[in-house]
Amino acid sequence: MKKPELLVTPGSVTEIQKQIVAGADAFLIGEQRYGLRLAGEFSREQIKEAVRLAHEHGKKVYVAVNAIFHNNIANELDDYIAFVKEANADAIVFGDPAVIMAVREAAPGFPLHWNPETTATNYYTANYWGKRGAVRAILARELSMDAVIETKENANVQIEVQVHGMTCMFQSKRPLLGHYFEYMGQNMEVEKRQGAKNMLLHDEERGNKYPIYEDANGTHIMSPNDMCIIDELQDLIDARIDSFKIDGVLQTEEYRLEATKLYRKAIDLCVDDPSRYDEEKDSLFEAAESLQQDHRPLDSGFFFKETVY
Amino acid sequence: MNGLKNDAISEIVDGKRVIVKKPELLAPAGTLEKLKIAVRYGADAVYIGGQEYGLRSNAGNFTFEEMKEGVEFAKKYGAKVYVTTNIFAHNENIDGLEDYLRGVGEAGVTGIIVADPLIIETCRRVAPHVEVHLSTQQSLSNWRAVKYWKEEGLDRVVLARETTGEEMRLMKEKVDIEIETFIHGAMCIAYSGRCVLSNHMTARDSNRGGCCQSCRWDYNLVELEDGVESPITKESDSPFAMSPKDLRLLQSIPGLIELGIDSLKIEGRMKSIHYVATVVSVYRKVIDAYCADPENFTIKDEWLEELEKCANRPAAPAFFAGTPGADEQLFGVHGKKASHDFAGLVVDYEEDTQMVTLQQRNFFRPGDKVEFFGPNMDTFTQVVGTVVDEDGNELDAARHPLQIVRFKVDRPVSKDDMMRKGL
Repeated sequence: MKKPELLVTPGSVTEIQKQIVAGADAFLIGEQRYGLRLAGEFSREQIKEAVRLAHEHGKKVYVAVNAIFHNNIANELDDYIAFVKEANADAIVFGDPAVIMAVREAAPGFPLHWNPETTATNYYTANYWGKRGAVRAILARELSMDAVIETKENANVQIEVQVHGMTCMFQSKRPLLGHYFEYMGQNMEVEKRQGAKNMLLHDEERGNKYPIYEDANGTHIMSPNDMCIIDELQDLIDARIDSFKIDGVLQTEEYRLEATKLYRKAIDLCVDDPSRYDEEKDSLFEAAESLQQDHRPLDSGFFFKETVY
Repeated sequence: MNGLKNDAISEIVDGKRVIVKKPELLAPAGTLEKLKIAVRYGADAVYIGGQEYGLRSNAGNFTFEEMKEGVEFAKKYGAKVYVTTNIFAHNENIDGLEDYLRGVGEAGVTGIIVADPLIIETCRRVAPHVEVHLSTQQSLSNWRAVKYWKEEGLDRVVLARETTGEEMRLMKEKVDIEIETFIHGAMCIAYSGRCVLSNHMTARDSNRGGCCQSCRWDYNLVELEDGVESPITKESDSPFAMSPKDLRLLQSIPGLIELGIDSLKIEGRMKSIHYVATVVSVYRKVIDAYCADPENFTIKDEWLEELEKCANRPAAPAFFAGTPGADEQLFGVHGKKASHDFAGLVVDYEEDTQMVTLQQRNFFRPGDKVEFFGPNMDTFTQVVGTVVDEDGNELDAARHPLQIVRFKVDRPVSKDDMMRKGL
């Protein structure tokens, strides 16, 4: 059986080298001007280097161009996309249809991965973007296991799901941390904390702590737990999901590398020796748990949780 | 933005510039009653929710029968009806969609407001005569994406709330498509569609109508340093908040008209008929006054005062002139009380006796100073005299919601005029 791709989010070119050793198959990289919530900033030079390095080892590189664009950057997209093509990356990840328009101009036929995050919620719409150039859909993290599998069964495009890490719950264009400090009369803090990634919103009622940070795309609020389904991969592999993503945003390089090693082992076992995977999956989960900081418990995201409306 | 004349929307009549391309005034209508009020008070179009596929699962949504009745009523006033069908559907929502859209089409509505391409394409197939408008849930904020949706055959796009006036100008220049934008009401602080706080905090799917407004709650801000958490919000501080002030673009209506924006939208399907009537009638006056004589147009204080009478939160222009600052958010407060209460709805008026028959909507008593307003009259104040019930019994006060009461008024009123009371 074909193994699903193990896709990770490196913070630097040197990390890519280590991630290859750790067992990653593909890399999502980019810069915040065009991409959302990335683990690292990659300049054009670094993207070229990353592609060269990855391709030497038979690995893939996808470039994030998935921000919500306003006119100023929409006008620059042709140039950036032409660069991505020239750098020989393997695909562009997008959410905004402006990217489709720019690809038609600057790199016709270049492979696209559709990732609007919260709004990729059914197979019909995945196939709709497939007809417009997407070869892959990255599903919303708010879907159940059954919905993910049903989507795969009905999809004409590859399906990618996140299996580990934090997820974004909220994106605002407004600088909400800066505004709070400004309201508090702490204008010094606005400057000092620009780009700070160590802030949490404490929701006392639920006992949750949500990471919150600002960047060029606005303010991002992240899930209080890290999802981890290292012990629940069998059904996804049986359904032939094409790519498993570990999102390593706001994590250390060390954490990301350890997570990659664990999932490498889990995927290999699950495909090559399912009965041993069954025996070892609990200890794999425990190993993942030992990587966690105290304030970030693991959970299974929305895979087994009911949502109403 | 004001003062930039756009010759494409105006003509010179008797030496005077008048606006010939008047934008549509689009109002929310959560129920059939609200639809009728919105249309009577001057809306050119209303948007309503059906039983499914809309984003207000708590609103009094329309059955197909009610939709038909609403469409027929609106038609008499030359007004249009759109149906919000703007969830991001899950696989389980696909079954039944075709029948639903056929029903919407048969009800005679002009268009649907959609976010998910599943619904766009299905509507094309099963109800091709229905216009398709892209919902603000798609967070449409650049001209190339506007062009994409134009090429996909959409009739109209509703812009992201994050779009500035200058950005709208470029969109209008580059793409020939109808543009609708919000001018008034409550706002998401997040990019619409890109918020799943409710999913995480209350297991309710925000993109299918389950939003529980977690962004209006208070939080404490904590800093994490070497694994140690220390509070940034101190006991004595106001908690961290991200609740936005409500949008109010009354002063920017001339700018929006000169940009050639096609539809100006008011938020609030959950709001009362008093809110809808007040807001619609103010914007109706502003749009009409500007279009009739742009050169001599000025914003009247009374319009702003009128909006205060039903405002639930302080208001701000949000993104129209650029990214809003800290002063456009609410810290330490969760809103404000409107300056007036909706006290009664006129159901009848007898000219010879000057007696008004009212349906009570809030407590009032003889001696109270109230005001009457309506779509075809100048607002006037009135001191309430003797109040009687349906059987003519004198009352010390109108205490009961929906109770029918009568008293004498100084000036004529008509059905569906409203009475409000200052607080």
